[in-house]
Amino acid sequence: MDSNNDSFVVDGKLALPYQYFAGRTGSRFIIAIRDEKKIKGLECKKCNKVYVPPRATCEHCFCDIKDNWVDLDSTGTVTGFTVVRYEEPHHPVKAPFIQALVKLEGADTPFVHIVQGVPVDEMKTGLKVKAVFAEETTTTIMDISHFEPA
Amino acid sequence: MARRVAICAVSQTKFVRNNTTQRFQEMELDVLESLREQVDIGFADEGGIGMSINVSNDVFDARTISDAPMTDVLGAHMGCEEKVDQDGAQAIIYGASAIMSGHCDAVLIIGHCRESQGQSRNMCTNLTFDPFFTRPVGLDYCSAAGFQAQAYLSKSGITEEQLAKIVVKSRENASKNPYTPEAPRVTVEDVMSSPMLCDPIRELHAYPVSDGAVGMILAAEDLAVKLTDTPVFFNGHGNNMDSFYLGDRDLTSNFALKGAAERAYKRAGITDPKTAFDIVEISDQYAYQYPMWLEGLGICDEGKAGELIDSDNANGPAINASGGMLAGNPLNLGGFVRAAEGAMQLMGKAGDRQVKGAKTALAHGVVGPAGQFHTVVILGSD
Repeated sequence: MDSNNDSFVVDGKLALPYQYFAGRTGSRFIIAIRDEKKIKGLECKKCNKVYVPPRATCEHCFCDIKDNWVDLDSTGTVTGFTVVRYEEPHHPVKAPFIQALVKLEGADTPFVHIVQGVPVDEMKTGLKVKAVFAEETTTTIMDISHFEPA
Repeated sequence: MARRVAICAVSQTKFVRNNTTQRFQEMELDVLESLREQVDIGFADEGGIGMSINVSNDVFDARTISDAPMTDVLGAHMGCEEKVDQDGAQAIIYGASAIMSGHCDAVLIIGHCRESQGQSRNMCTNLTFDPFFTRPVGLDYCSAAGFQAQAYLSKSGITEEQLAKIVVKSRENASKNPYTPEAPRVTVEDVMSSPMLCDPIRELHAYPVSDGAVGMILAAEDLAVKLTDTPVFFNGHGNNMDSFYLGDRDLTSNFALKGAAERAYKRAGITDPKTAFDIVEISDQYAYQYPMWLEGLGICDEGKAGELIDSDNANGPAINASGGMLAGNPLNLGGFVRAAEGAMQLMGKAGDRQVKGAKTALAHGVVGPAGQFHTVVILGSD
């Protein structure tokens, strides 16, 4: 271990194509965005909460809520955010960009998405935003392209 | 009554930005040899180590079953071999449970990580998000922390200067810690002018990328007192998992940390965490977490962490005498190194960073985005 002059590193890359099953609940949520430009939530009637992203079971009371779909407005309010200034290959857009928690009208849980159309240094919690739907589907949450000021 | 468990020996490597001279196995072998020099125990069926636990992560190691290449170092061939892949402090709980329940008398735990190995650790943590709703928007642990930092600073009133003081203090403490040789001293101005990563987290607010390994040997009390003159007892633990989606949580509530601490304090018989500990080691991956976690643990009252920072906590326990996570340690070893540091202090073997007469310690670990999962371990010299 005195010298590593004769040692080397080996380049590697983990790149394994996958097909993730989105599940019945997740698929229905994405299909509504893709085909109807409509964002839906799932309601727990016992806890009186509407969840986005959707889930089949309420994590608080463990009720089955998978059929309690409600239509949500595609406008909402930013409840939290950060400005991402570092570059990474997994970013959907070039830095700097805004990741924000958006609480849609009619939902109780905000979810994270991208906000554009606001200078990054002027971003504030409380901003009213509306969804801009993607022209091409990826059958993920990116079927909403981003949010912009309402 | 379950048997008592003690840490009999601890060891760690230096944590460096890029260890180009050792493989994972060699880092762990250094730790094993150091542990064996401290206590006379082997891997015999009778009276030896009955369970070996490896702490490692498949994505950071870029191979599946990251414990598999470690079995010879862990003495685990044809033995009882286990793996913990989340905060390493969980391995202490796992090992202690095996001893308390009587399944074995001694447990070896060694963990490793090379955060330098991947192109970026943010790419690794992006993979912890689900592939439909959260991964595509580019979330990783750094940006998730950005959301929490933004919300917490706004609620607590912690200032930029106070965040900078935390980093300055961490580096000052780390200068006395031989295991964090690459954490140079910085000034408040250095921190406040360092580039923004994700608002309001700056580069110097973030824990450094590092490579290293850490380990310990646990034993049942009757064996421990034969192996060492300085056993450190495992007196309680607790953990707690918050919701997965960031929007499902109140990011400033410390929900999971309070739950973990409450369980640990109850098991350890602690009624006032403000006065219960000589040593507090917390996993502050980002500077804002230092005040936030201290409030969650009840080391100071909610809203009072700013005062604690300004007063340098003169009348309280020694907090992160090691430099804490801000001075080093990969993600999955955070709580494990904190517990190792706590144990070294109680053994009186913490060198230049030794706190005189330390008898009780709290070690804290955290993994998951924006503090989703917290672990609290309580240690004592009796």
